[in-house]
Amino acid sequence: MKTWFFLIPLLLLLLFPSAVWAETVEPTVVPSDDEVNAIAKNLFCPVCENTPLDVCPTQACAQWRELIRLKLAEGWTEEQIKEYFVAQYGDRVLAEPPRSGLNWLFYLLVPVFFLIGIVIVGRVLRSMRRPAGNAPGMAVPAGESDPYLAKMEEELRKRLKE
Amino acid sequence: MTILSNIGLSLLFITFLVSLYGIFAAVYGARRNAVVWVDSARNAMLLTFPLLTLVVFSLVLLLTGGDFQVAYVYSVTSRAMPLYLKITALWGGQAGSLLFWSWLLSAFIAAVTLRRWGSSHAGRDREFLPWVIVVGLITLAFFLLLSNFIENPFERYWQTPAGEMTALFQPKGALPLIPMDGYGMNPLLRHPGMVLHPPLQYLGFVAFVVPYAFAMAALITGRTDDRWLRITRRWTLFAWLFLSLGLVLGSWWAYQVLGWGGYWGWDPVETSALMPWLTGTAFLHSLMIQERRGLFKRWNIILITLTYSLVILGTFLTRSGVLSSVHAFAQSAIGPLFFAFISISFVVSLSLLLYRWNDLRAEGQVNSILSREALFLFNNLLFMGILAVCLWGVTYPLISELLTGQKVTVGPPFYERASGPLWGGLLFLMGIAPLSAWGKSTLATLGRGMWKPLAASLVVVVLVLVLEVRNPLAVLAFWLSGLTFFITLFQYLRGVSVRSRIAGEPWLTALWRVGGRNRRRYGGYIIHLAMVLMGLGIIGIEMFQSETQGALNRDESLRLDRYTVQFKSLRVFDTEDGRNVAQAVMHVYRDGRFLDEYKPRREYYYDAQQQVTIPSIRSTLEDDLYIILADWQPMTATNATFKIYHNPLVKWLWIGTYLFIFGMVVALLPREGTERQRGDEG
Repeated sequence: MKTWFFLIPLLLLLLFPSAVWAETVEPTVVPSDDEVNAIAKNLFCPVCENTPLDVCPTQACAQWRELIRLKLAEGWTEEQIKEYFVAQYGDRVLAEPPRSGLNWLFYLLVPVFFLIGIVIVGRVLRSMRRPAGNAPGMAVPAGESDPYLAKMEEELRKRLKE
Repeated sequence: MTILSNIGLSLLFITFLVSLYGIFAAVYGARRNAVVWVDSARNAMLLTFPLLTLVVFSLVLLLTGGDFQVAYVYSVTSRAMPLYLKITALWGGQAGSLLFWSWLLSAFIAAVTLRRWGSSHAGRDREFLPWVIVVGLITLAFFLLLSNFIENPFERYWQTPAGEMTALFQPKGALPLIPMDGYGMNPLLRHPGMVLHPPLQYLGFVAFVVPYAFAMAALITGRTDDRWLRITRRWTLFAWLFLSLGLVLGSWWAYQVLGWGGYWGWDPVETSALMPWLTGTAFLHSLMIQERRGLFKRWNIILITLTYSLVILGTFLTRSGVLSSVHAFAQSAIGPLFFAFISISFVVSLSLLLYRWNDLRAEGQVNSILSREALFLFNNLLFMGILAVCLWGVTYPLISELLTGQKVTVGPPFYERASGPLWGGLLFLMGIAPLSAWGKSTLATLGRGMWKPLAASLVVVVLVLVLEVRNPLAVLAFWLSGLTFFITLFQYLRGVSVRSRIAGEPWLTALWRVGGRNRRRYGGYIIHLAMVLMGLGIIGIEMFQSETQGALNRDESLRLDRYTVQFKSLRVFDTEDGRNVAQAVMHVYRDGRFLDEYKPRREYYYDAQQQVTIPSIRSTLEDDLYIILADWQPMTATNATFKIYHNPLVKWLWIGTYLFIFGMVVALLPREGTERQRGDEG
């Protein structure tokens, strides 16, 4: 029995490699500024008004960016970091309102408004149309598709004759 | 100096009384048909300008003289500031900018009174006069009310036994309190862009009051034909020019000063300034339909009312503090007053519109959905769509906070996603609308004018594909820009060709004269070309911007695309005007070849105790390299953090602006070879 006991750690290593490594291996790669900014760009400073975290010059924001670096080094994902910031400072740190509750109104109202606009324009056009045969459009002489140019051509000819 | 403050204060109050008198006299004169009273109101309106000029002059003297007992002077100037900044501090704070707004408005409405009211149309334009005065002076009186009673720029500091306080007049037992130095203007505003941006923006804002006043006068008098549009066409163009320039200059300032790597961040203040531009642009197009075809009279009234309301709303949003919190709105007196004014003016305008609803019936029909008027209607729909996006984006955080207590942010991703397709649609319409005729157009007529520009635009597509642009949206945007550019260019050249052929003029002469024949049309073409160029800049930065950041020791470098940026040294020094400057020296290489030395810096203003990041920018027609000193180690000065942006094509945004100004000048000039319109417009 004892002879194969040494295989147990090896088996554990095969079955749960990440758990074993997480305890034994220290993170050695420090996330770069660009990796930090890629996340900070989509977060807003909790203190300054409407300032993205990646460009905010305050000391507080510099510390929050370092916090993102720390979390990235610990293996957190972008979503986890965002959730952490929302839990700490509220929805205002997100670049857009989260898609939940009243915020659905935010996302739905503009398309609805635009559709209503299309319907109104459609109705206006329909109510204002009349058969094309009666159309009082500007007369376009043969050979010139633009009525303005046709008119200009006509005026120039007249002037030259005078 | 106290005398100056008292003079300014007294004249400010007198101007308020004069404007109230003018409103009363104009209404009385109009109701009683008494020309004497209307003329008296006209004189009152005219008088507001010199009076406010003296008020502004008093405040400027206080600002330049450094009378820090005046609270406004203390808050926006300091001894170290140069003279030109002390003068521009007039619009560097809340109280001053409200006064500045009133002054510009008085200049505009005074200028309106100077037009020859009785010289044309058998003096019938005089019917408008009293009501134009009423609307102009009500607007002015509202702003003067704020300046007199809420945000008075002449309030002074006093020392009382209970402590420091501000008041207009010396409280009992108080002594004047004169600080040794002022706080100084916000350092971000100490930039040439910010020196010019507010005046241009405000000029655009106040100029839109004029067409609105005429629209209301038309509704009140029942003169619902297109006369009010013809009178105000130049005023509208003028307003639109300055509003556009204000926006571009604000963007240029943001690009040069904020150090964000971009020119537009969809900040609520920026977005508020964009909203009246959207309705104003829609109005500029829509008024042509009324002039040419007698259509959309009601819609034009709605558009100019919206523009006026959005001008006031923009000022309200930026001045009331409501954007930082709805609670700030409730705490300040200025917010509720603005809100009441916007609501009342909007409701009154709509009521007048409803009252004249039947008189504003369309005189013609829309015969084809490809006609110019139909395409302009689609253009208006798209502008209204973008307005809805902006208005909702700006106000939703306030609604959310009010209803749920939860503050949210609406940032660039929402605006870009929601408005991007609408901007694309506008670009397309801008291209094809000049090809369509008023009244009736068919696919065949459009196609005849379109196939050559379409072929040329496909060359653009091939070119961008060869240049390894693979983003489908970018390819589409370039194609649309190319199509619009070539259609507009071909239209212009066709006019030149016809003129050259028929009149036998050389091409260059024809090129000049064809514009003179119809400045409005060809000015419009130039503006469309300018918009395409500006669009190129926007496409470049929005779709192709790249960035990197890193901490560097001396002689280390960062790479971004084809550029290498090497940190050479960092110098820290004080300036005579009260700044502590940290300036880095960077060597920039492209494909390994040395280009030049660039010096991004950070400035710390001792008076305002605020830091500003000033980027160093290498700008070419192809791209901008934008270098920021993001952070540095004060002790050693051998290590610093830099952020670098690569912004392709962004220079075209600024180049397009010059062409835009030229186009506007062409459109505003009177028609060549005719005196017909003199006295007829504006």
